[in-house]
Amino acid sequence: MAVPVDAIIKQSPPSSSLRFAFGNVLAFFILLLIGVLAFSIRLFSVIKYESVIHEFDPYFNYRVTQFLTKNGIYDFWNWFDDRTWYPLGRVIGGTVYPGLTLTAGTIWKVLQSLNIPLSVETVCVFTAPVFSAFAAWATYLLTKEVKGTGAGLTAAVLLAMVPSYISRSVAGSYDNEAVAIFALIFTFYLYIKTLNTGSLFYATLNSISYFYMVCSWGGYTFIINLIPMHALLCIVTGRYSSRLYIAYAPLVVLGTLLAALVPVVGFNAVMTSEHFASFLVFIVIHVVALAYYIKGILSPKMFKVAATLVISVGLVVGVGVVAVLVAVVASSPTKGWSGRSLSLLDPTYASKYIPIIASVSEHQPPTWPSYFMDINVLAFLVPAGIIACFSPLSDASSFVILYLVMSVYFSGVMVRLMLVLAPAACIMSGIALSEAFDVCTRSIKYYITSLSESLQTDAGDIVPGNNITSPQNDVIKPDKKEELLKERPSRKNKKKEKESIEKPSVKSKMTKRPLVLPVEASIFALFLIVLLGAFYVVHSVWAAAEAYSAPSIVLTSHSHDGLHVFDDFREAYAWLSHNTEVDDKVASWWDYGYQTTAMANRTVIVDNNTWNNTHIATVGTAMSSPEKDAWQIFNSLDVKYVLVVFGGLVGYPSDDINKFLWMVRIGGGVFPHIKEPDYLRDGQYRIDSQATPTMLNSLMYKLSYFRFVETDGGKGYDRVRRTEIGKKYFKLTHFEEVFTTHHWMVRIYKLKPQKNRIRGKTKKLKSKTSSTTPRSGSLKKNPWH
Amino acid sequence: MANFSIATVFIASISLLLALTHSFSIENPTDRRILVLVDDLALKSSHSIFFSSLQARGFELDFKLSDDPKIALQRYGQHLYDGLILFSPTTERFGGSLDVAAILDFVDSGKDLIVAADANASDLIRNIAAECGIDFDEDQSAVVIDHGSYAVSETEGDHTLIAADDLIQSDVLLGSTKIEAPVLFKGIGHSLNPANSLVVKVLSASPSAYSANPKSKLSTPPSLSGSSISLVSVVQARNNARVVFSGSLDLFSNKFFKSPVQKAGSSNKHAKSGNEQFVTEISKWVFHERGHLKAVNVRHHRVGETEEPTIYRINDDLEYLVEIYEWSGSSWEPYVANDVQIQFYMMSPYVLKTMSTDKKGQYVVSFKVPDVYGVFQFKVEYQRLGYTSLSLAKQIPVRPFRHNEYERFIPTAFPYYGASFSTMAGFLIFSFVYLYSK
Repeated sequence: MAVPVDAIIKQSPPSSSLRFAFGNVLAFFILLLIGVLAFSIRLFSVIKYESVIHEFDPYFNYRVTQFLTKNGIYDFWNWFDDRTWYPLGRVIGGTVYPGLTLTAGTIWKVLQSLNIPLSVETVCVFTAPVFSAFAAWATYLLTKEVKGTGAGLTAAVLLAMVPSYISRSVAGSYDNEAVAIFALIFTFYLYIKTLNTGSLFYATLNSISYFYMVCSWGGYTFIINLIPMHALLCIVTGRYSSRLYIAYAPLVVLGTLLAALVPVVGFNAVMTSEHFASFLVFIVIHVVALAYYIKGILSPKMFKVAATLVISVGLVVGVGVVAVLVAVVASSPTKGWSGRSLSLLDPTYASKYIPIIASVSEHQPPTWPSYFMDINVLAFLVPAGIIACFSPLSDASSFVILYLVMSVYFSGVMVRLMLVLAPAACIMSGIALSEAFDVCTRSIKYYITSLSESLQTDAGDIVPGNNITSPQNDVIKPDKKEELLKERPSRKNKKKEKESIEKPSVKSKMTKRPLVLPVEASIFALFLIVLLGAFYVVHSVWAAAEAYSAPSIVLTSHSHDGLHVFDDFREAYAWLSHNTEVDDKVASWWDYGYQTTAMANRTVIVDNNTWNNTHIATVGTAMSSPEKDAWQIFNSLDVKYVLVVFGGLVGYPSDDINKFLWMVRIGGGVFPHIKEPDYLRDGQYRIDSQATPTMLNSLMYKLSYFRFVETDGGKGYDRVRRTEIGKKYFKLTHFEEVFTTHHWMVRIYKLKPQKNRIRGKTKKLKSKTSSTTPRSGSLKKNPWH
Repeated sequence: MANFSIATVFIASISLLLALTHSFSIENPTDRRILVLVDDLALKSSHSIFFSSLQARGFELDFKLSDDPKIALQRYGQHLYDGLILFSPTTERFGGSLDVAAILDFVDSGKDLIVAADANASDLIRNIAAECGIDFDEDQSAVVIDHGSYAVSETEGDHTLIAADDLIQSDVLLGSTKIEAPVLFKGIGHSLNPANSLVVKVLSASPSAYSANPKSKLSTPPSLSGSSISLVSVVQARNNARVVFSGSLDLFSNKFFKSPVQKAGSSNKHAKSGNEQFVTEISKWVFHERGHLKAVNVRHHRVGETEEPTIYRINDDLEYLVEIYEWSGSSWEPYVANDVQIQFYMMSPYVLKTMSTDKKGQYVVSFKVPDVYGVFQFKVEYQRLGYTSLSLAKQIPVRPFRHNEYERFIPTAFPYYGASFSTMAGFLIFSFVYLYSK
């Protein structure tokens, strides 16, 4: 339906070919600059902090990449990691999305072979910025397919600095999403490209790109559901064509085969409900193709007879197939859906049934301010973009609309999926801005030409001297394309025109020929749009520099006496790696598992790959239990050290006491003797003197607040909870403090060994023997020292 | 070369050091230097048989009065003695730096201890006992009285001299020769917490015994009575330090060693009491001349190989070997038992097998790694009465199959192979026919 852009360019008169060549060169340089912008805006973290891996998951990816570069791909594939999930271990090769690791590993290898000796860490740190440049270019390609070069460039600029994407791709944020967003957009581009050209070559490329996406991120299910949905939409709206068939069918067949090659997906590619939609649409598209084929060879009358026959038979068969499908799906306990996917469809599912999913902050539904923070002015431009996509509606623009709608829904379920919304919002806003620029500059140009015609002056002097001319070149192209495009759905327009005859003449002008606004209005509008863009740029740079570049393992705070740096995490991990045995096991809440294995190189019980709920619940139970029970649980897991994160001294809010209720909930989900109400006073979570005895005796409370009262001379004021703690003076009998970092943010305790002797029942006789009395207290101490 | 010579010098100096000190060590676990604390130096002669038997076995005894201000168990962090005999039941406080904590610290660093209490035992002794899990009768004036199995004697009529013959049946504690004659006992009784697995009752009172003050009338039922009264108990701490508690100091005396004994109600009169044999055997145990095990040379490998792998695969067949020796007082002898078990353990034992021995100290077992991957442990937990506890744990990961260790073609899947290849062939033919048929 949509005429390829190349075709339009070829059709354009030869006189302007030089101008197009100039436009292409300009576009190329603009793209190059966009790439530089996308890369450099993400370097704030390196400049402000240091070249370091951020957060939690990136540390795991970094560790895996190190393993890959050291041991090669086969060992990586077969890697059984015995340093996590002790004593269960984890088969890393079969449970990890290898795309990111392989990408960074390949980059490292290529650089090594070129004699560029970069460390693995450096490569990992800069993978995300590099791929965000790629993502910007992919956005350009995708939007160009939809609405032409101008919209493409605008969208690419917007994507290069959209805060939502920056938050996941700053230098050091070495996570799956960093490469997956590029893969996502590129796959969509290739799909649209195939849809526009009907080329099997692009369809094959599309499958390979999809394969890369499957390798990279679990979010590939978004693609394999969105594309079938779009195919179905096209079929339902009567837009079926052979191009659609070529774009869709090879993707399903090749894509599914390739996806099944990724160890972590494997047979899931054909067994889980997330993939069923694609197969269903695959059947539908074949039926439709058959129907079109038969319609072509039969006479209309015969076709009608055949249709009724086939439909009645097909209905019966269809009902049978659906019944079987439903039975198969219903026979599995979760109805074939995994917990994370179910929580996508029913946003309350996770918080109701799976505390481990609900406990992760990025799995929470976002708040309204977070939309403004993450996509800023794009939120206002998106509706305009949708309207622009509807005039005219092509296969490509309908896909973009569908993409936007779906991603808006999913972002409303999980903060994390805001990342999927960001490219859609950028594309839409790019289209909207481009169209707006188009209209305004056209109006000004129209005004100028009409002015020059009337004055009979030399217009040539004015136009090249005008600064706006250069973007005009890009803008004009889609303009022409649109005119061509508009010829097609003209029937509908004509109908509308008839209806709108009585409407004011301005409107009829609008529909009839290119919209021309009064010059004052367009200059004002241009000014406003540039202002809006400037506001977006300012916000994005601020977000990149201030909000999203903190590596979270190094914290800073500004106070009246200057900058404070809190490097407690690395201090603690360094302590562990220097002062404990190589095979010692460290227990902590699962958030710190990846960092402990990567930075301290010590075995952990649970980590951020939350695959075993029972194991996590065991640790949660230990943290919620009194000291003695906790000691027994930890001892049964061969734990030597317990690590807790405590923010009460410096006011670091995401510490273990604030996460504690989740430990109770997750622990209680598996071990029912842990009950959440025992830790709450009248439904309130508190650690002050009103706290329940269960709370005050729990291991987490004790390990967090042990000796805390010594820090501020007997008050014990917790700066996070803003209250005095409930129990100030207590001793630990089964644990001993071995290390507390400078700002008390990480505290490490060692499990005391079992007592060498067991005491009798006789009470201590203190009477005459004065010499024994002063030493008697020390008897309770660890007998081994 | 330089490194080598330094190393040899180092090793030589260490071995020289070992030869000089002759002290308690892992390789030579028998105690050598023993401090004896007494209330009264007269004890040295009244208990001389016991002491000379120790000296004859090669121990250096160092007698000191319990309130000697120069007593010290350690100097500059080094322990001066390997064993301690407390024959000072009435001492309220020790001289020098010695106190309850120092004595317990001594035990907790793996040294051995013999404590003899007596009627009117001091709180100091009671505290030491309580810390080790021995609860002497809290009534200070109570002694053990037995109207059923007292030792027949001309002088005493209050039946506090007991002829006890309820000994624990354990060769490792009391030697292989049976103690025929009853053991004479005169002193206080104690009780043990049954939940305490570290203490063992060696000599118990008869069912008719009770603990009370013989001089006053019984107003309330005695707190300790019957065979729950323990007369002599031993403690083996978790670090294998050994302690003997006796409620009677006279048990060790020359007088009791030599006196003939006749148990009341029995016509069998023994010319000599069982005390000497009992005390000698129990002292052999407490000073690690018997019942001290060591496990060395722990190895494991796949069946048919000799090299120790760093990781096993599921369903591997492996062999585990360990050598266990017992210290005989002068040399390491092979330990022979048929109840040494191995666990292949990951949160719970997946394999539990008894190891077979070649009677020369080596224990062997071979088994198949279970079809579960994870971080396992080879665990040998050998805890037998009187023996030092052996607990060996060696961590070993077990991995799943590698990608190329699965079978390439499975017979059951042949229909599927056939289906896919025939479809491919059919499609090729169809395309050929369709494209070139007209």
